[in-house]
Amino acid sequence: MKAGTVFVGCGAGFSGDRLDAALPVVESLVRRGGPAAIMFETLGERTLALAQLARLSDPDRGYEPLLERLLAPVLKPCLQNRITILGNFGAANPRAAARAIVALGRKLGCPSMRVAVITGDDLIEAGLTGDLQDEAGKPLSVAAPLSANAYLGAAPLAEAMAAGADVIVTGRVADPALALAPFMHHHGWSPDDCNLMASGTLAGHLLECGAQVSGGYYADPGFKDVPDPHNIGFPIVAMQPDGSFTIGKADNTGGLVNRHTVTEQILYEIHDPARYLTPDVVLDVTGVSLAERAANEVEVSGATGAPRPERLKVTVGFDGGWLGEGEISYAGPNAVGRARLALDVVRKRLGPGLNVRGDIIGLGSVFNDDGGAWLERQSGLPGDVRVRIAVMSPDKAEADRAGEEILALYTCGPAGGGGVRSSTRRRIATTSAFIRREKVRTAVEMVS
Amino acid sequence: MNEYRPVPGTEVPLHRIAHGRTGDKGNRLNVSVIAYRPEYFPILCEQVTEERVRALFAHRRPTAVRRYVLPNLWALNFVIDDVLEGGVNDSLNLDGHGKTHSFLVLSLPVRVPEEFRTIKEEETAR
Repeated sequence: MKAGTVFVGCGAGFSGDRLDAALPVVESLVRRGGPAAIMFETLGERTLALAQLARLSDPDRGYEPLLERLLAPVLKPCLQNRITILGNFGAANPRAAARAIVALGRKLGCPSMRVAVITGDDLIEAGLTGDLQDEAGKPLSVAAPLSANAYLGAAPLAEAMAAGADVIVTGRVADPALALAPFMHHHGWSPDDCNLMASGTLAGHLLECGAQVSGGYYADPGFKDVPDPHNIGFPIVAMQPDGSFTIGKADNTGGLVNRHTVTEQILYEIHDPARYLTPDVVLDVTGVSLAERAANEVEVSGATGAPRPERLKVTVGFDGGWLGEGEISYAGPNAVGRARLALDVVRKRLGPGLNVRGDIIGLGSVFNDDGGAWLERQSGLPGDVRVRIAVMSPDKAEADRAGEEILALYTCGPAGGGGVRSSTRRRIATTSAFIRREKVRTAVEMVS
Repeated sequence: MNEYRPVPGTEVPLHRIAHGRTGDKGNRLNVSVIAYRPEYFPILCEQVTEERVRALFAHRRPTAVRRYVLPNLWALNFVIDDVLEGGVNDSLNLDGHGKTHSFLVLSLPVRVPEEFRTIKEEETAR
């Protein structure tokens, strides 16, 4: 490869991703040579509040539950080949995650390593929840938040790399920052060069969901076919010093990278494509061009940027009460008629005043609405459908009634119902807020 | 309500000439619509309008529908406000993210020129 290329791969795109995806990425990075890093993105909007709850019950928990299983296959080869590991798997307890990584390294007989923890995102710990603002800049008071975390940028991560970190553990950072930091560090990019920040942020945006850019979440048989979807290779970006880059995937894997997979991921979770707000830059993708350079290799150019926003986004998590669900199947002649009757029966049993939704899976469910208007106008006659009732309530006993009333259909409901399943789960509600950047004090702690 | 005027030719689901993906943030949904080939892109621009997408989501009562046009990427990006019934953490829907909704948009009928009528499925696939 050309001198001066920096490679960053992705080893996980969400909490719950395939655990065997990272090793082929690391093996490919070793083959490429040159400076390299691998990022793990495992933090969703509600994951942090759940992690905060876990930490409250045990001060040694509150980080990504799969951390050890994600890192076990790759920790040693990364350390041996100087491939930096960056992950937001610290969640609500990055220091505990760092201790767990050091312990894992000892257990695996790894060479000694430097682990850095990035702090400052946790606004409850920092006592900054009184400084939250709404979108318009008005003070926002939040009652009883479980979590409040600011999206940090790439600068403290790049600082940790400069200090010699082999592994960087964060809580909430903007997902693309996990890739932008190694580009900044190895290429010596200034955080004030908006177009370089834009290019690195776009590369990180493409990497952050793992396989979603390399054939995952893409297959539509007969229209968009994906080779070996049971073994999709996770993505790798090759970044040049001037910010031009190509995106490809791990060697000897399934999946595919072409202009269509890349376009789907460029626009994923983007609103105004000229103004994608991140802590590092305001990204504009409207001028981005794609060129397929080789099989599974797409060149991406033309990202531009405007100076980073004055405020950081904050996700606040609250107790969201309980969600109860119950399901039962009907099949064969008049299946839909019996399913509709079952919904009516359960609604009458649950009575008014509860937050209830009814679906008929197979006729109308995920496209349906809470009021059932969509379901009402579906006229097909599928012969195998499933009734679903959901109840949301601050009171667990009320939420449990969804499952109880579905279960009672066995003997009291329409003929021929079967396969009842029910569950009640605790929910986390979230809201977005903002905080002025200068209020948030980030720090890099070397824990080993 | 619906400004869509059919043009001569044949009608196919949008799914035949375009693909897409859904993303969510809070109660806001975005759906990309991407032409398989550059020559299909003008059809998207002309026929996949804010008004038609709003009508598709009428049962969810969107408060705003905004379309962004990205000619380099042969793509449209729709941003649809307040249709996730609270969003992933606050919805009673099985699919609280709204992830399945790209295929609701792809079900929209579009008129394509007569010569496109013989497009085989494998030609639209990549």
